[in-house]
Amino acid sequence: MKLFVICRRELYSYFGSVIAYVLLAVFLLLSGYFFYSDMIFFILFGGFTLATGLWQFVFLDMRLVAMLVLPLLTMRLFAEEKKLGTMELLWTYPVRDGEIVLGKFLAAWLFFVVMLLLTAVGPLALHWYYPYDVAPVLAGYLGMLLLGTAFIACGLFVSSLTENQVVSAMVTYGILVLFWFITWNEEAGSYEVMQLLLGVSLFDRFFNFTRGVIDTKDVAFFSLFIAFFLFLTWQSLATRSWRGVR
Amino acid sequence: MIAAEQLTKRFGSFTAIEDVSFEVAAGEIVGFLGPNGAGKSTTMRILAGVFPPSQGRVRIAGHDVVTDSLRARAQVGYFPERVSLYLDMTVAHYLTYVGEMKGLSRRAARDHADQAMASCSLEPVEDRLVGTLSKGFRQRVGIAQALTGSPRVLILDEPTAGLDPEQVADMRALIGGLRQQRTVILSTHILPEVEAVCDRVIIIHRGRVLALDTPANLNRRLRPTSQVHLEVRGPGAQVAQVLRTVPGVLGVEPHAAADGTVEVTVNTERDRDLREALAAAIAARGWGLRELRPRTLTLEEIFLSLVGADPIRPQR
Repeated sequence: MKLFVICRRELYSYFGSVIAYVLLAVFLLLSGYFFYSDMIFFILFGGFTLATGLWQFVFLDMRLVAMLVLPLLTMRLFAEEKKLGTMELLWTYPVRDGEIVLGKFLAAWLFFVVMLLLTAVGPLALHWYYPYDVAPVLAGYLGMLLLGTAFIACGLFVSSLTENQVVSAMVTYGILVLFWFITWNEEAGSYEVMQLLLGVSLFDRFFNFTRGVIDTKDVAFFSLFIAFFLFLTWQSLATRSWRGVR
Repeated sequence: MIAAEQLTKRFGSFTAIEDVSFEVAAGEIVGFLGPNGAGKSTTMRILAGVFPPSQGRVRIAGHDVVTDSLRARAQVGYFPERVSLYLDMTVAHYLTYVGEMKGLSRRAARDHADQAMASCSLEPVEDRLVGTLSKGFRQRVGIAQALTGSPRVLILDEPTAGLDPEQVADMRALIGGLRQQRTVILSTHILPEVEAVCDRVIIIHRGRVLALDTPANLNRRLRPTSQVHLEVRGPGAQVAQVLRTVPGVLGVEPHAAADGTVEVTVNTERDRDLREALAAAIAARGWGLRELRPRTLTLEEIFLSLVGADPIRPQR
């Protein structure tokens, strides 16, 4: 399967440079720090349940770190190859555009999964000293997984539009931050508009998971969001027929 | 092996190539010749499957590059004008990756990479990162990349650009060595290169094919007469007069005379070899024949006459 050949090359490229290590280190440092301070907060001011008193804050903070780090992970996926000119060669190999898109997506996704799994060190250590109900934590992690995958799909698409990595990262930030604040202008929109915005807001969709609630509507939304951006990326590659090799 | 029918490619309002048609038989080496911006790279990218033509179609070994793209691309090794490689991989690693992308198993890809490295003399650098290699080595890695997977068709876009003379000779020998085994299209704007390695030439200018023939036929077609160049020690005016009397001679053009010698270009009837008759005429007068050679058009002259930039230039 050429999808896996592409995926392996991308991972090779991540770990062959310092990018992977820097992103991993910063992600773990920040999410570890947030976990620690959220726990202190819970102990000092605590609520009655871990789910709303601790985990909710842990995952809301982690989403911030993911938004900071993931666009930097995805920015190079296509932009770098366009800049180098290696895209042109890639297109002459007997490989489908879809395999290229999915191979690159898979590489970034696997990297993210590893990052996410490593953050479990904190919650696991806590469980060692103080056994607790893990269900809300698993729900939170599922939410993080879906949210991060959505970020990656979005970043992958933006990367396919440009050969400049800074532009790639910045536009991805723009889109993600917009999806964050899209429901903050409560006075501006009517009720109907607000309901629509809540429906497409990544972060409002994510909120349920942080409370330990898995709603199939939310899962479906994220799946659709991911599929939509992968489709756009696939379409974006086809534009070379009228845009030329860049 | 390669059949291009009425290819047209437009980018917006810009027409890169128009109505380009040609065929290349298996085992042939064909040169694609034209000035910068003539449409060489666009045509080659279409052949290699980088993007589809706006109109027309291409078949590689019977497979249409648009409708049967994967099979067509599986037959092709492509060397892009801008040699672009993954700089963060070692040469051996990179070529193995290329083999796998072309559908080989990992083990077969390693074997192919070894072969490709051997035929391009890359063994000394096999474990170095591509990014640390010199231009000449990178170029060779690019060629090795095209050879990996033993494609039947090679499309090489300016394979000798930017190489030093020794490397150019090596590259030509490498390409010449592929004759009969592979079908090769190579583009260049360096004329001697085409004469050195190509069986046939396609001349393209402003997106259109101007000529498609062997270098020898192009030469014949563009020149109504044959020419012989002589250098004679003797009185200039008389030499010209005597040569005019030789049967079959259509005209004589004397050039610079110096030190009692004269240079003359003799136009003769086409395909009639008058060299011995001319030599005899000179010798009969007791003049010294210092040089006598048939003159063929250089590709440069053919090219210039076709693109109309300059008529066939006079003998130097």
